[in-house]
Amino acid sequence: MPYPAYMEESIRKVEATRERRLKEELPRIPVGERMPVLKEFHPDFIEAGMRELLVGPNKGDRTPNELADLLEGNSRIDPDKIELDKVDYDVDVLVIGAGGAGAAAALIAQENGANVLIATKLRLGDANTIGYQGGTQAADRPDDSPALHYLDTVGGARFTNDPKLVEALVKDAPDAIRWLESFGVNWDKNPDGSYFEVGLAGECVPRCHCCKDYTGLEVMRVLRDEVKCRNINYVEFGPAIELIMDDKGRVAGAVLVNLETNELSLVRAKAVVMATGGIGRLHTQGFPTTNHYGATADGLVLAYRVGCPLVDIDTMQYHPTCAAYPLAILGLLVTEKVRGLGGQLLNIDGEQFANPLEPRDVLAACIIRECRQGKGITTPTGEVGVWLDSPRIDVLHGEGTVARNFPAMVRQFARFDIDMTKKPMLVYPGLHYQNGGIKFSPDGATPVPGLFAAGECEGGVHGKNRLGGNSTLDLWVFGRRAGRTAAQYVKEVKLSKLTLDHVRRWQKELKEAGLAEVRPISPKLLPDYARQPYDYLADYVTERLQPGQIKVA
Amino acid sequence: MAQETKVAEKVRMLDIYIMGKRYQVSEGLTIMTALEYCGYRLIRGCGCRAAFCGACGTVYNFKNDPTLRYALACQKLVEQDMYLTQIPFFPAAKPSYDLDKMEPTGEQILKIYPELVTCFGCNNCTKSCPQDLEVLWFMSDALRGDIKEVAIKSFDCLMCGLCAARCPQGLVPYNISLLCRRLYGRYIAPKSKHVDERIAEIEAGKFDAEIEEMEKLSLEELRRRFDERKIIKD
Repeated sequence: MPYPAYMEESIRKVEATRERRLKEELPRIPVGERMPVLKEFHPDFIEAGMRELLVGPNKGDRTPNELADLLEGNSRIDPDKIELDKVDYDVDVLVIGAGGAGAAAALIAQENGANVLIATKLRLGDANTIGYQGGTQAADRPDDSPALHYLDTVGGARFTNDPKLVEALVKDAPDAIRWLESFGVNWDKNPDGSYFEVGLAGECVPRCHCCKDYTGLEVMRVLRDEVKCRNINYVEFGPAIELIMDDKGRVAGAVLVNLETNELSLVRAKAVVMATGGIGRLHTQGFPTTNHYGATADGLVLAYRVGCPLVDIDTMQYHPTCAAYPLAILGLLVTEKVRGLGGQLLNIDGEQFANPLEPRDVLAACIIRECRQGKGITTPTGEVGVWLDSPRIDVLHGEGTVARNFPAMVRQFARFDIDMTKKPMLVYPGLHYQNGGIKFSPDGATPVPGLFAAGECEGGVHGKNRLGGNSTLDLWVFGRRAGRTAAQYVKEVKLSKLTLDHVRRWQKELKEAGLAEVRPISPKLLPDYARQPYDYLADYVTERLQPGQIKVA
Repeated sequence: MAQETKVAEKVRMLDIYIMGKRYQVSEGLTIMTALEYCGYRLIRGCGCRAAFCGACGTVYNFKNDPTLRYALACQKLVEQDMYLTQIPFFPAAKPSYDLDKMEPTGEQILKIYPELVTCFGCNNCTKSCPQDLEVLWFMSDALRGDIKEVAIKSFDCLMCGLCAARCPQGLVPYNISLLCRRLYGRYIAPKSKHVDERIAEIEAGKFDAEIEEMEKLSLEELRRRFDERKIIKD
């Protein structure tokens, strides 16, 4: 479905201003002046979209309604019906989640002598990692430095990050790139072997390492292969639905469910690495998402129930540029690399309204503002968006640059008869990343003994706004750290009696707060996209779920 | 009432057949969203929903045309009289190997995947690729030991598995090409000197003082430094 005539009319205005815009650069908003546009237009500041949590370690903190429902949710299990003395797996380290962070943690934990099991909701590697396009930041160029990477990262987040986590992030970064290359990742390179690095939003030096726009695919398929080559045990379609503890207050395993047969299996593990990823499929405030099918915040729910605090859960990242047309790919990520290489954002008149390399929160707010002010382009189905001028890249850098750098995106738009090398793309912000998450320290440990965290499910690294290229870096840095620390930790731990008392206490707390009968069951596991969604209300009131009767969301 | 009619006219309904049963769905849905619209709750065969993960490789044909076609369910729009079925991703031959102990040669590939020589060039793999890759070409490159060519031609592979499903010889092109790409990235691609130098500098603590200083700066001073930092474009 090519653009309809009235949209083509606006595209002609984009084409008419292109030559003038070749040299036009709008100034970036100074960091101290970002708040007015954020407060008026960024979804994080919309009061009605948030509420205070009524129970648990973050009681009183604000978070999007969709996440609050799940954090205050009912357990899927009845502890009285589960026999904890019959475990199905007995391992040193259980890694929950098999995206980039989970795979990295598993590989390093095994290397450090641990017996590892991975449990994941979908297939090995079905995670947000596989869809990342733009790349991974690492300051390895001679004119760059980890200190500049640090400055960019904290400035992008308006100085809300945990400094020690950022220090770990930037100092481990070059080694993470080399580590991945040792497994055979094909980074884009210049003829002399130096990395081809793109400057993304908020970076003062280009430092984003990429593999065309299939970066996540390339890295994930290599790590997945390495996990298989090393014969690390894994369970697919077997998400964790509750953590198990021992009677000394340590995390000691998890209850897994077979998504197809509803059968439960129990894992006893001396340590658990939580690497369950993000939240996009909760569609906070109704936004479309770039996230994969299983991104439903399960790890946050499980960690919360064992008393682990969360940080910065009042902020979500809305990626400024997600496809707004055609409808079939609504919310598809349009990587920041398009802007990094020169794609400008334009309104219906073909005019720029913001510097395309503003940090993501600011740029998302600017796009929403432009559309609210009637300067967006409305699609035949009522979506609204602004133009991202991809053809300008070929004018700037020579014909073929777009095709060479964005094979995935060119193919995706071509499937709908849109040639992004010749025509701009219509974009609008979409739910992309959970900035915050499980509280943890630079070595990967959380405040709860035996529980470690890595990747998108943890928080503090990115503060209240993440820079592009830092989320995937987070996977390799903290995945490896969590794996290493967990492997060390299990050498000294001797578990005592397993218990699910924390689930009993949780249900009691919910009941006392009057929430048990008005909140859904969680973790959610999968979104309800089938036309007759599962009826939460009918289920949890009449029949408390029992082992063997576990239903999927 | 008049308005309702108008809306109804706008959305064209299509007949599709899911595992033989007829459903009506609106035009513009993908195979994946059409399945969901018809009430199917997907567990397998659904992943990133954006053409990166390869979980939803699928086949389809038409009521009056039995020729099999191939697509990603998350990308392919439904068409009138489409016959759909879901093929969950199924396991394929995947030997274990240790990349550290390998050499980037054709012999090495044949050692791990000896069945490669049984390819007789039927080209079913190429025809079934939803990414339109030249699968047979890179399979013959692999046979000749041209690892670089395999890496280039196979780079956009999503590992959806359709090529292996259609191979009459039981070959797994997506795993063979993965091995080639790993060998290329590890052994053949030119190495970066900068990264080794930078890692050595970090290990020697070269940036520690500067970063620790920033950790202790007042918000005001840190903000000033951020706004005044020099921006290098390329």
